[in-house]
Amino acid sequence: MSDQAYLSIGGRTRALWPNRWDMVAVPLVLGSLALAFIGVRQMVAPLEVVQEAAISLDPSNLPVYALRTVLRMLAGLVASLVFTFSYATLAAKSRRAELVLIPILDVLQSVPILGYISFTVVFFMSLFPGKVLGAELAAVFAIFTSQAWNMAFSFYQSLRTVPRDLDEACRGFQVSAWQRFWRLEVPFSMPGLVWNMMMSMSGAWFFVVASEAITVGDKQITLPGIGSYVARAIQEKDLGAVGWAILAMTGVIVLYDQVMFRPLVAWSDKFRFEQTGAQTVPESWVLDLARRARLPRLVAVPIRRTFRFSLRFRLPVKGIRIAMPVPPRLIDMVWYAIVAAGAAYCGWSVVAYLSTTLSWGDLGKVLLLSAITMLRVAILIVLASLVWVPLGVMIGLRPRWAEKIQPLAQFLAAFPANLLFPVAVVLIVHFKLNVDVWVSPLMILGTQWYILFNVIAGASAFPTDLKEAASNFRMRGWQWWRSVILPGIFPYFVTGAITASGGAWNASIVSEYVKWGDTTLTARGVGAFIAQTTEAGDYPRIALGIVVLAIFVMLFNCLVWRPLYRLSERQLRLD
Amino acid sequence: MTILEKNGALAGTLLTVENVRQSFPKPSTGEIVVLDDVDLSLRTGKIVGLLGRSGSGKSTLLRIVAGLMKPTGGTVVYQGRPIAGPCEGVAMVFQTFALFPWLTVLENVEVGLEALGVPEKEMRRRALAAIDLIGLDGFESAYPRELSGGMRQRVGFARALVVNPAILIMDEPFSALDVLTAETLRTDFLDLWNGGKLPIQSVLMVTHNIEEAVLMCDRILVFSSNPGRVVGEIQVTLPHPRSRFDPAFRSMVDDIYARMTARPIPAHEERGKQIGPSIGDWLPRVSTNRMSGLVELLASPAYHGRADLPEIASRLQLEVDDLFPIAEALQLLGLAELAVGDIHLTPTGHIFAESELENRKRIFAERLRSNVPLAAHIRRILDERPGHRAPLVRFEPELEDSLTEGAAQETLRTVISWGRYAELFSYDDKTEMFSLENPSS
Repeated sequence: MSDQAYLSIGGRTRALWPNRWDMVAVPLVLGSLALAFIGVRQMVAPLEVVQEAAISLDPSNLPVYALRTVLRMLAGLVASLVFTFSYATLAAKSRRAELVLIPILDVLQSVPILGYISFTVVFFMSLFPGKVLGAELAAVFAIFTSQAWNMAFSFYQSLRTVPRDLDEACRGFQVSAWQRFWRLEVPFSMPGLVWNMMMSMSGAWFFVVASEAITVGDKQITLPGIGSYVARAIQEKDLGAVGWAILAMTGVIVLYDQVMFRPLVAWSDKFRFEQTGAQTVPESWVLDLARRARLPRLVAVPIRRTFRFSLRFRLPVKGIRIAMPVPPRLIDMVWYAIVAAGAAYCGWSVVAYLSTTLSWGDLGKVLLLSAITMLRVAILIVLASLVWVPLGVMIGLRPRWAEKIQPLAQFLAAFPANLLFPVAVVLIVHFKLNVDVWVSPLMILGTQWYILFNVIAGASAFPTDLKEAASNFRMRGWQWWRSVILPGIFPYFVTGAITASGGAWNASIVSEYVKWGDTTLTARGVGAFIAQTTEAGDYPRIALGIVVLAIFVMLFNCLVWRPLYRLSERQLRLD
Repeated sequence: MTILEKNGALAGTLLTVENVRQSFPKPSTGEIVVLDDVDLSLRTGKIVGLLGRSGSGKSTLLRIVAGLMKPTGGTVVYQGRPIAGPCEGVAMVFQTFALFPWLTVLENVEVGLEALGVPEKEMRRRALAAIDLIGLDGFESAYPRELSGGMRQRVGFARALVVNPAILIMDEPFSALDVLTAETLRTDFLDLWNGGKLPIQSVLMVTHNIEEAVLMCDRILVFSSNPGRVVGEIQVTLPHPRSRFDPAFRSMVDDIYARMTARPIPAHEERGKQIGPSIGDWLPRVSTNRMSGLVELLASPAYHGRADLPEIASRLQLEVDDLFPIAEALQLLGLAELAVGDIHLTPTGHIFAESELENRKRIFAERLRSNVPLAAHIRRILDERPGHRAPLVRFEPELEDSLTEGAAQETLRTVISWGRYAELFSYDDKTEMFSLENPSS
């Protein structure tokens, strides 16, 4: 993989910049989410309890469970792609849609992913009463929410930055909108899209595992999969089974990487826009195999034929209009008014509804809990940086080490850390440790690796001439760190830290409230609050918790990451 | 100069451009005019060149003719009908090649045919024929990134020719190539054109290379800058193949240089009579090193302070777009004068050439204050303010009144770099503040 890939974070970081439209988007999105909670509860109140599927702890069942988990993952990915192509295209092509869709995406991205599950499970189950399909869809939806937003952002950004000359070539040759989409827009956005897919995929393992076995009020949902296997093992206090699950998960992630993402990355390399040859071309044995073998070609040729035929088919829609006429002001005003009214209505009805069941004391409590969680995230990021930045630099400056450790760090980032939580609980209980303090590291267990591998990437990409200059002028010790390497890796570090902090916020819901058999460890924090209220089926409080958490995430991004990212963009770029 | 063949009804006229005007609206001052009252006609069998410097709107005109841009005023008539968008029969070759990096050479060439809905077999046949014609045989399955610049532009040509356009539009097609490759491609193109092997009837090309224009075109339209206007039309009747060493060729090149250096002065005077040089004047992005370099070269015994521009251009391997801004910046600062294709140092220029660094900076600062209103303005504001500091945003709106956003940014960058060199003021990019502080104190 080329080193630039680590910097092309596109969607994720772009999403950090709120604008004045967020003023409208925040009440609109969070309001409708909260309303959905409330509505869903009323709709499905009499729904019968779903039969708990029997999960066997026999390791021989694990391959089948793993397959189910993988299939869910794939379904989520397909859904995300469909969403990306439609949502982002609409946002990029219509100015009015853009004004609303992009801030909405901003907000959606800040909502904790596990927060969606509690109500989507109930919603989807009400669509297919008494069937497992509803719960399956909810799990797929959880995966979808963990990757769709940043993929859509990445695609939207690519659409907005299509090179001018290629755009003109397309228009000059009167290419149809359909042909333009497949010949220009999709290929151009492919490297960024694949990279974002990979990043969100590694996060998604965490959520798929978490969404397979959840309890919402009196409804206990269990879907056959690695996640529910672990949940069962936790109930039964079977550490051996947890071990098997970890092994199976390792196998699945390695296979997924080898069979799906390596080939995808290697294939998408041909869509790189730079016309120069790359220093390192990503390779994949699976892709080589597929390219050389005859069977895949037999399948591919008819598909390609049909595809090409469709491109030549002239749709009545002529490319893009040559100049945007001045948009009628009146329609604009009406459109903005409708959006603003919708946002006001959502915000108002949520406040109205919540105020009947909740008091100001609840709000105060949730604010305090969120502040505690924020403190945790901040301290953890600082601690993780203190550990991984020096180590990452040391590894990155030694190419041979970097080569070996880089894939390991990427694997660790993908590994769903929640599978390891039982081990932590056992340790905390055994040593009688302070729960508020010692549960915290779980939040960053899975996401700290983003810091490590981004720093490694930054240090390996550090220009040789600067290294030589530094040693020529005998810069050593603190001076070397302060004025040579730290500024050099800073953009990479910020990228990694942003991802790590986003993951930590998300993980708070499962890591502040952990179980082992009948032992439950609860730390003070908004994550535990959401987890507890979800278990109790207390919808108004779930809604309150999620809304406040989302607002905290947005504020944190706006006040911490945004200035840091701007600094790295402006001052410390090495090109 | 009167423009011949203006009448679109003349036999053999493919396309006419009438009174085309392009401007961008500006809230305070109304509008910024990029192209003003341009007429042009394309006739069968002719290559027409648009020659001018950056900012002369020639690329804009090209895009209007290609239907990629809608003019603010005026019409473009192609085969008797006004065009309202990209149309069949007009194909374009790009300066940056504009190839799809993810498609092979063959697929790139087929793109235009695919858009026309040509059946697959015929598409393949025509694409291979075009590839063959343009000398790309054997490269069909290569990706653009595997090709050299010259080969890439050949793909660009094949892609444009395969749709059998009546008019070929070329936007500085050779300027991204090195000198040798550009020469080969030019010659190959002219051979095909003169041999009647190309399906096209007429060519419209943009260039900023004067020799290239004389080498290729039958008619050259010279553009002025800001706003772009046709200020001269030259018929080139030299027989093909043309030689750069032909005295007639040389004199034509000299003549064009003379026109291009002579024209801005009346335009400047005309403006000067009305409002004088103003804060909102565009400043070319020229480094002080390049200015000093040219002054030193002119002062050297080889030239004794006076030189022929074409000669300087070929000696320094600079094209019009590189050389003219330097020369103009020197003229603006009163260090040199341009006249009829010549450049000569002023007395101040001679003193500048002989001075040490400190004195050069002093002269430069003096000249900046007297000849560049924007620099003087910034300095005056800084002197007046108690803290001697002023933010960049203080000056941006003033410039954007009269310049496009890009030009305003360029002008600011230039004045910052000149001001820093002259130590007239300093600028902190982090805070975007001008000040009088010396970084060392």
